[in-house]
Amino acid sequence: MWWRSASFIMDRQRNEEADLKGDSSNPNPNPNISAYYETRAAHHGVVTSDWLAQAQAAIGPDPVPDPNPEPEPQLRPDPDKPFSVIDEFNSWRKQPHLAEAVAAIRALAAVIRSSKATTMMQLEIELKKASDFLKSWDTTSISLTAGCDLFMRYVTRTSALEYEDFNSAKSRLIERAEKFGEISYKARKVIAMLSQDFIFDGCTILVHGFSRVVFEVLKLAAQNNKLFRVFCTEGRPDRTGLRLSNELAKLDVSVKLLIDSAVAYTMDEVDMVFVGADGVVESGGIINMMGTYQIALVAHSMNKPVYVAAESYKFARLYPLDQKDLAPALRPIDFGVPIPSKVEVERSARDYTPPQYLTLLFTDLGVLTPSVVSDELIQLYL
Amino acid sequence: MDARRAPRAVIDPKVRRVGFFAPPEPDPISFEVSPSANSLSPVMIPPPRHSSENLGLHTRLAATSPSAQESFAAGSYSSSSDFFPAPMSPATSPYSSRIVGGDGDFFAGGKAASSFPRGGFDLTATMASSVPASELTTVSVVNAASLSIRERKKANKGGGSAVEVKDQALNTKQQKKEKTSKAERRALQEAQRAAKAAAKAEGNKASGTLASVNVKPAKAAKPPQKVDNASVAASEKKGGDRPPEKDRKKDVPQPRLQYDDKSRVEKAKRRAVVKQTEAKNRVELFRHLPQYEHGSQLPDLEAKFFQLGPVHPAVYKVGLQYLSGDISGGNARCIAMLQAFQEAIEDYRVPSEKTLVRDLTAKISSYVSFLIECRPLSISMGNAIRFLKSRIAKLPLTLSESESKTSLQSDIERFIYEKIILANKVIVKHAVTKIRDGDVLLTYGSSSAVEMILLHAHGLGKQFRVVVVDSRPKLRGKLLLRRLVEKGLSCTYIHINAVSYIMNEVTRVFLGASSVLSNGTVYSGVGTACVAMVAHAFHVPVLVCCEAYKFHERVQHDSICSNELGDPDVISTVQSREDVNHLEAWANTENLQLLNLIYDATPSDYVSMIITDYGMVPPTSVPVIVREYSREQVWI
Repeated sequence: MWWRSASFIMDRQRNEEADLKGDSSNPNPNPNISAYYETRAAHHGVVTSDWLAQAQAAIGPDPVPDPNPEPEPQLRPDPDKPFSVIDEFNSWRKQPHLAEAVAAIRALAAVIRSSKATTMMQLEIELKKASDFLKSWDTTSISLTAGCDLFMRYVTRTSALEYEDFNSAKSRLIERAEKFGEISYKARKVIAMLSQDFIFDGCTILVHGFSRVVFEVLKLAAQNNKLFRVFCTEGRPDRTGLRLSNELAKLDVSVKLLIDSAVAYTMDEVDMVFVGADGVVESGGIINMMGTYQIALVAHSMNKPVYVAAESYKFARLYPLDQKDLAPALRPIDFGVPIPSKVEVERSARDYTPPQYLTLLFTDLGVLTPSVVSDELIQLYL
Repeated sequence: MDARRAPRAVIDPKVRRVGFFAPPEPDPISFEVSPSANSLSPVMIPPPRHSSENLGLHTRLAATSPSAQESFAAGSYSSSSDFFPAPMSPATSPYSSRIVGGDGDFFAGGKAASSFPRGGFDLTATMASSVPASELTTVSVVNAASLSIRERKKANKGGGSAVEVKDQALNTKQQKKEKTSKAERRALQEAQRAAKAAAKAEGNKASGTLASVNVKPAKAAKPPQKVDNASVAASEKKGGDRPPEKDRKKDVPQPRLQYDDKSRVEKAKRRAVVKQTEAKNRVELFRHLPQYEHGSQLPDLEAKFFQLGPVHPAVYKVGLQYLSGDISGGNARCIAMLQAFQEAIEDYRVPSEKTLVRDLTAKISSYVSFLIECRPLSISMGNAIRFLKSRIAKLPLTLSESESKTSLQSDIERFIYEKIILANKVIVKHAVTKIRDGDVLLTYGSSSAVEMILLHAHGLGKQFRVVVVDSRPKLRGKLLLRRLVEKGLSCTYIHINAVSYIMNEVTRVFLGASSVLSNGTVYSGVGTACVAMVAHAFHVPVLVCCEAYKFHERVQHDSICSNELGDPDVISTVQSREDVNHLEAWANTENLQLLNLIYDATPSDYVSMIITDYGMVPPTSVPVIVREYSREQVWI
């Protein structure tokens, strides 16, 4: 069964890429590391050995490596435009409170602003190219793909644009893209409001990973003077639990920090599990930080509800059947000691939790059961 | 309001006609009035109640003596015209209230009017006043009456025979007089109905005292309003009943015949083209499904082929192919049926005095009945037939015959291409993304969609192995196996009893489906549920490939209430092993029944994903697809 592991698949892909060196179309200069999780690590200020190595090699103090400009002219006749999409996206993504999908849509809005097209059809073609290029830059980010798809759907489906002149249509698209950021921010508020009915005084909540939405939920509960305890998992190797416990302590919330393997031990004290989601897939399951599936399995066997807080723009038309069905999102793992070269390390950063282990989804569309996700996606994309 | 005014238009000509008949009537009226006057002379009533009491008495006398009904009713109407020369709706209610009050007084108190000579005088004066009406007015009124009569005849088709009987009974001299008399009778009936309704309403108030009725005339006005409301409600109910009935008829694609109902079965036999012989030993649990002996059908139909009955030759041929099993599978049968319908529509001619929409729909229905007799319809065929009938019903009447036929044929062609062929391509495109190098794929039976998926994945250069599960009696997996091996796929062939042994090394299960129902139940060939349950127990994902046009809004939890029975003899024999044929004469054994089911139902719990032309959806989203599909079907 070892040949089905994600690392084995990635090794094969790496070999294939080595064979097709000259024809490689992957704009990411570091295909072995997921840019998504690298950015999140930068948000959390996590110091890893890889980061130290890059810092020593880099001249500037910027922790995120810039993409290599050399292969760009070979791929595109106009090197400025695709380069600007990536740079625009990276600059937006560095803001810790901005969602990936919003950063993607803002990057696409920048494409619209800098576009020299004179008709809607040309603008759509340019947007399509930029969107596809952006998605292929980081295939592991589901929010990025979902955000681009949402914006492209808006562009192609809005028939009112056909009756306006080009300039007003263009400004309308830009305005829509700007409003999307507000929608994202309001979505967190809506989800926090919806979740308050499920948090009662004296309850104990287990959280995993640092999700901005989950943090917003707990913050609002604390502001409403509710008394509850939060169990944070350590969240190796990123130590996201440490950061979340730090933020919650500032709000005077009672926090208990667990190592990742202590989940089953403490599950009998837990009243509910709160997790965020990197993506919500069509089956109603979620893709989230590694360990979510494990926690959901334990909670399900001990009859504890698992609640997912996710914005609706994270809904993606994916249908994974098992863990290996996803494109692996790899990240560096620092064990603190040198790893022998013969030892293989599982470096996937996320897992897939099937819908039967989830109780409810808190979204800006309302509180949904997992089976409704597919209905929303069908009505959205059909 | 219009409904109320119509009967009054009928009343007016009657008044004037009565004027003409006034002279021959007075003697019998006066003769009948005098005995009652003599008997009631001791009781005295004040003059203000005079007119209402007189009317009440007339109503009572009309009810008691049928022979004198016409004259007394005429009298009452003439007096009404006298009291209200300008008929208006607000003026009518106090008049009716007075009538009701009069009836109440009469029946409750037992009082009677005493001054009949005055009443007689009033009637005479009214008759005299109506006589001077002009002839032109009378003629026009008669025409209006005849028009209204014709309208009523159309409305009341069932009453036509009764009207004819009345005509014969009357034997009046002139046609105009006949029309007038009909109008009179209808007015009489309506008056009687109104009187009965008023009496019932008054009966409710019998508990009240006479004084309250007299002092408060407003209360008496309520009963007619109630009657009107009741009639309006009744009409609304009648209108509301029809649409659900139509919907119910449309929503039943499966044969409505329950074959344990003997009377209906015999009726169906008389109309049937195919001569069916019922099986002797029928399984009790499935008596509601048709069970026939299979040997006698095909030769009988073949002999009849050149007799050119009501069935088109193309449809006849497809029926024979269904019967012999040459065409099997939901997609193949549906395509063959639609192509046969295309040929039938090509040769179709509209009969004289008939519309294409109605006659063609009836023709298609007869063809469908014939095909059902050859083999019961699948869900896909039912949906296709529903689509075709809706297209026929929506043809504009302005189109010529050839244009209508061309439009229908192109609709059928587009249905075949978009809903079946193109849908399969989309399903293949989605399903191939779930096949990876090193996979072991298991499939059961022979599904065209699954076969296309495997061949396409092989064409893409993916390295995988296929396990083909098969089961008696049809052994259709052999055909699939042969086609896959020809293309170079690495295959394993097992029987269904070994599926639990091999499931350990399987990574994906691909299944076809005859239909997917609203609750996510997969209705497919018998054995599918068994394979899906074993795969679920081994935590192997089960992927069902089904086109959206095979979805259905029905809900089904088992495979008993709706299924199809195959030939029992196929079970008792083993191919190429005649020496082990121990059940040769099983039909003669009374306590032995052989059951050959065609379909089973897989609960949605055992299905991981349904791959359809709308994408990959969980079983819980089938109702959404059905709703979107129904909406889209209308747009086509």
